[in-house]
Amino acid sequence: MMWNRNLLIGASLVGFNVLVAMLSLVWTPYDPLEIEPALSLTRPSTAHLLGTDENGRDILSNLIVGSRATLITGVMAVVICMVVGVTVGIATSVSPRWIESPAIFGIDIVLALPTVLFAIVLAAVYGPSTITAIFAIGIALSASVAQVTRREVNVVLTSDYVTAARASGSSTRRVIRRHILPNIRASLFVQASGACAVAILAESTLSYLGLGTTPPAPSWGRMMASLQQFLLIDPIFPLWPGLAIVITVLGFNLLGDGLREVLDPTLRESKH
Amino acid sequence: MLWNMLRRFTLLLASLIASSALVFLLLRLLPGDLAQAKLGIYGTPEALAQLREEYGLDKSLAAQYLSWLSGAIRGDLGLSVLTGADITQELLAKATVTLPLIVIASLIAILIAIPLGMFAALRFRRWDGIATSTVSQLGIAVPTFWVGVILITVFAVQNQVFPSGGFPYDGWSDFPNAVRSLVLPATTLALAQGAVLTRFARSATIDVIQQDYFRTARATGLSRARALRIHGMRNAMVPVVSVLGMQISTLIVGAIIVESVFALPGVGQMLLQDVNVRDYTKVQGTVTATTALVFVVSFLVDSILGVIDPRARRR
Repeated sequence: MMWNRNLLIGASLVGFNVLVAMLSLVWTPYDPLEIEPALSLTRPSTAHLLGTDENGRDILSNLIVGSRATLITGVMAVVICMVVGVTVGIATSVSPRWIESPAIFGIDIVLALPTVLFAIVLAAVYGPSTITAIFAIGIALSASVAQVTRREVNVVLTSDYVTAARASGSSTRRVIRRHILPNIRASLFVQASGACAVAILAESTLSYLGLGTTPPAPSWGRMMASLQQFLLIDPIFPLWPGLAIVITVLGFNLLGDGLREVLDPTLRESKH
Repeated sequence: MLWNMLRRFTLLLASLIASSALVFLLLRLLPGDLAQAKLGIYGTPEALAQLREEYGLDKSLAAQYLSWLSGAIRGDLGLSVLTGADITQELLAKATVTLPLIVIASLIAILIAIPLGMFAALRFRRWDGIATSTVSQLGIAVPTFWVGVILITVFAVQNQVFPSGGFPYDGWSDFPNAVRSLVLPATTLALAQGAVLTRFARSATIDVIQQDYFRTARATGLSRARALRIHGMRNAMVPVVSVLGMQISTLIVGAIIVESVFALPGVGQMLLQDVNVRDYTKVQGTVTATTALVFVVSFLVDSILGVIDPRARRR
């Protein structure tokens, strides 16, 4: 079970990212914001491993610091969507039908709203910022978390042990704490990891469009947008931030897939 | 069947009203109002009052929404606060770029993803099946804008096969150039969508392969590919079509990104510009129209599902 390939690769990539983000707190090769006009747009060299941007800033240092914003966005969006999604999911599942039906309807509507479009509307109202992006992404993702949670909770609710617990006088609150939460925990981990990947991709997209993290804080999406202009000088410039995003998102996706395979034994044999 | 269609249609209408009300309310939560936004520092109390009356801002929120909604139903999304231009007209003009982009991209994505997903499923223990599935896994993690930049580098900078961006000034009357300028954007969008679709096609096919009826078909002497074609295809298509319906919202968001990468003058570019200059009535019109499109498409997909999967009708 420990040797699941996806889990291993995913956990290493995510772990690497966390280490880099922690490293950025104490050390970066150069000051990421230091402007050096003489070194504008240099190719990779021993002094600047990934080269420098149009203002002569070290690209590697900016990528390292950018990992912090990326991880924070991912984690905060996941916290929002898990708290909101799981609460709504459980609450609606145990509610009477006249609350449940309109709630399902509401979840369906939020689910159909395009996440990034929703974030764009919020950016139009409150101005672009990391917080707006995190909030929009978190709320949008919470609908799909709520949906999956509901599906899982409904399976638990129809089980014999819940009927037995109810019959022996357990309150709804006790049923949730003792039976529902422990049974859906595995699925929640898988959800959280997948949601993190989606959130990071969405944040980098918003930043690329100029609607996410605002300067001077380094962000991979915005680095991508600005380095893309120098494609004609050397196509290597926009390669780096894109690669950083791919590695991070792939890490969380694989981690989610690996967790699902390990926690759901029926998948282990057949599909992977 | 008829009852079910009626129920879905009611749901569609309710979602359209709820989502348009949500967008309306979100944009009205602004500090200040449209009149202040438009007049800025020149806003004398008299001028503000006059403008508010002109735009109906002096009425209650509900009355404003209802008058906007009754216009929207008749296809009139109102006027831009900044330029006074007719929003419906502008939206339709921009849609001549965005809609073809989305349609071409979905066709390419389906043509790539379904055969590829089935191939990966049929050979899921062999190296080529695993390789296909790994590539699609990687494809999901790649941001759309990066794919676009790589395609520009290879096909527009290093080999000048296609333009790196823009759209002919004459639009579709310059047909060959219009098509040429959509090739790279549509491919970019298709690759991003295709990766997700490939994975769904793969797992749907694997599900079919493990069914008893499939084993029976194999036992009668059919090859795997033939058994899949005759007995499995329709079953495997059900989850794939339903994912396609859900994909429409990611396709639209993808189109916004792709238009931004390739500087295509479409709905997405217009929306981003309107957000930057805070043209709220236009943002509201564009977002509502786009979400309406998403809801209508998923309604249609649900209806199609009822046709290919008789079990779905009873749900």
